[in-house]
Amino acid sequence: MSDGAPGTAGAGEPAVEATRISKSFGGVNALEQASFSARFGEVHALVGENGAGKSTMIKILGGRLRQDAGELHIKGRLAALHSPLDAHKFGVRTVFQELTLLPGMSVSENLLLNHEPRGAFGLINRRATDQKADALLADLGIHHIDPRALIEDISLAARQVVEIVRAISQDPDILFLDEPTSSLVEREAQWLFGHMRRLREAGKCVIFTSHRWAEIAGVCNRISIFRNGRDVGSFDEIDEDEAITLMTGRRLDSYFPARTEYTPAAPLLETRELSGRGLHDVSLSVAPGEIVGVGGLAGQGHRELFFTLFGADKATSGEIRIGGVAKAIRSPRDAIRAGIALVPEDRKSEGLLLPMPVRDNLTLAILPRIARLGVLPLGLERKLTSRIVDALKVRTPNVRNAVGNLSGGNQQKVLIGRWLLAEPSVFLLYDVTRGVDVATKREIYDLILRLAAENRAVLFYSSDAEELAHLSHRVLVMREGAVVSQLHNPGLSAEDVVSAAMKATLAS
Amino acid sequence: MQADRNQASLRASRSAHWIGRNIGLLLVFAILAAAIVLYCAIYFVQQNTLPGNFELTSTVNNTMPLAMSGLGQAIVILTRGIDLSVGGIMDFTNALAAIHMQDNPLSMVVWTAVVLGAGALGGLLNGLLVGYGRLQPILVTLATLSIFQGVALRVLPEPGGAIPPRYTAALVNTDQPYALLYVLAAALLWMALRRARIGVALFAVGNDEQSARAHGVDVVRTKVIAYTLSGLLAAAGGLCLAANATAGDATSGNGFTLTSIVAVVLGGISLFGGRGNMIGALAGAFVTTMIVNILFFAHIDPLYQSFYEGLFLIIAVVLGAALGGLLKRGRG
Repeated sequence: MSDGAPGTAGAGEPAVEATRISKSFGGVNALEQASFSARFGEVHALVGENGAGKSTMIKILGGRLRQDAGELHIKGRLAALHSPLDAHKFGVRTVFQELTLLPGMSVSENLLLNHEPRGAFGLINRRATDQKADALLADLGIHHIDPRALIEDISLAARQVVEIVRAISQDPDILFLDEPTSSLVEREAQWLFGHMRRLREAGKCVIFTSHRWAEIAGVCNRISIFRNGRDVGSFDEIDEDEAITLMTGRRLDSYFPARTEYTPAAPLLETRELSGRGLHDVSLSVAPGEIVGVGGLAGQGHRELFFTLFGADKATSGEIRIGGVAKAIRSPRDAIRAGIALVPEDRKSEGLLLPMPVRDNLTLAILPRIARLGVLPLGLERKLTSRIVDALKVRTPNVRNAVGNLSGGNQQKVLIGRWLLAEPSVFLLYDVTRGVDVATKREIYDLILRLAAENRAVLFYSSDAEELAHLSHRVLVMREGAVVSQLHNPGLSAEDVVSAAMKATLAS
Repeated sequence: MQADRNQASLRASRSAHWIGRNIGLLLVFAILAAAIVLYCAIYFVQQNTLPGNFELTSTVNNTMPLAMSGLGQAIVILTRGIDLSVGGIMDFTNALAAIHMQDNPLSMVVWTAVVLGAGALGGLLNGLLVGYGRLQPILVTLATLSIFQGVALRVLPEPGGAIPPRYTAALVNTDQPYALLYVLAAALLWMALRRARIGVALFAVGNDEQSARAHGVDVVRTKVIAYTLSGLLAAAGGLCLAANATAGDATSGNGFTLTSIVAVVLGGISLFGGRGNMIGALAGAFVTTMIVNILFFAHIDPLYQSFYEGLFLIIAVVLGAALGGLLKRGRG
């Protein structure tokens, strides 16, 4: 139907061209002069590691984010996109990774918002709305979703399907899909690929991101690779190993201190068939002085594992043992008492009190221990906090400065420092270097090694495969809430970790 | 396949969907029915007869100010906002009507229109500040509450003025529960609103502003309309208040800021926006009046009235949450 529509170009003509796009969030560069282009008549995959800038690029092209620098051309015209609606005017529809459905409204209302069939007095005819939604779903071969159900009552996979149906049913010329298959089962993924091929044959342009090599190879006729916020190449044909090498690359700016060896000993932290929401029968052990990395693609249960170990998520079965003794850990309070510390990735919402001084943030976890009859001995507090600030090289004018004024990396150090004061024996580090500048990253690496050298058990998750490969004695790869493989150092490379993660998913 | 096997159970009947969406509404009507039964029982024990037309009429008339302001509050809360200025607008509008309204049809019509317009204007001010000014609703309406209260006292420093008896008779007939017609009209209006573009927009904005914008909903315009409607309905409540009292009082509206929120919460409308049915707020208003009636006939010391009102509210909300959770578990 779009044959005669204005602005529709034929196959082979440029659909989108993003030229030297930069975007940063609070000093962290998500995109640095990254370029990307796609043509009509192709299904184009955008691939890269977590944090490579794929989602940011798609959000900019979909009108959800505004670039700091760089130009966008859509269908050959310069595009200034202030909202997704502006993108719609160019015939662009986007299925964002965080779905944009309205949870308290029905499937049909979500599919047809602002396009509802109307009856008497211009009022919405609800029966017709449901029927039209039903027809839209049926046209695209979906029969298992009830148009009258509320979005919040249907499964995550069904919501993803509704989001995709909404985008496709609005007849886009250019369709962006950000990780569209992340919550779909194989059958639904095949359904989506069928429609992607159909759109390509109709001369449309489909751009999607994915971590699963099998589907990338199966459905794409062009691949662009992103790394560290930059584009590193576009290919019509590339094999998996080559792609992984490009995705991880050798980063010249990365530096890793030499791992210290540890003497095998009885495990300090141990789990036996630990299960919970999003977590299945995880058995692992970490010895004192050992650094165990946890890797895998995003959203495979790492977060659940760390939060369950810390008592913030509930375990449904299995046990956690510290020093060979089973501990009942039902809350972070229990975890702290058992000597477990968690440094989370999201410093703002899960750890620091930003408007409060560095000093108060540092002593938060040990207040009951240092207080005398409920009163804080200020001299002791000053001594303890100054020692940490010096030891961790926290760059702050003084300990009374609000934590919110510090850079991301220094905030992270304050958080680690808080736990150092509590002297836990087990450190859980969850993606602590995310969004941290290179110099501070090095200091954090040194700190991780020092924690191990002091005979603590360190379990750390990172979205950066290189970090895992270099710092860990062992790396556990997770998929769908379970540990599926184990890699041993020495000799481990980032490529090994990434390919283990991708193969794990491939096997599903 | 699994999906095909589930198809039958996924396609629940129309009524099942309706129940799923309107648990709060069903609950408030159940509470209302229970309150009416309790009221009748206490009344029968005390008076040896059942309540009649007089009791029905006075109950309905007493509920009108709250029903009107509750509807307005419900519209705003559906957008995930809150309107604390409701009480101030009712103060101001009932004072205005009591001072100016003369006992002739022209004056009554003109001043009804002026008073409603004044309320809508007050609401529009809230809407502009919240919508275009991107200010917190609670802050804006707390400030305008104070402003409207101040203006009301300037207009009518001491209780007084007069509402023509004919106006009272027309608005809230003292012999027959005519005011139920307004309730019916409000319910019909709601059904139309829910099917109009603005009604869908109210829900969409309350569900998720970002997503609503991505769907092409004009978020700012929707908020402005919501607060304006709330001001208009609060003014209608102010008129009912004046008609009931047959005079004006620049402080008599104050309590409605909180009771209108109570009516909305009792009516099963989520304070987090985007979920609920405005008819629930009407029923919630009637529940509130019935509680006062029950306390009166149970000979509870009037000084304890607000204590028991609060107690009932907590019980109702806890019951509602527990029942809602149970039903959800039953369905899931």
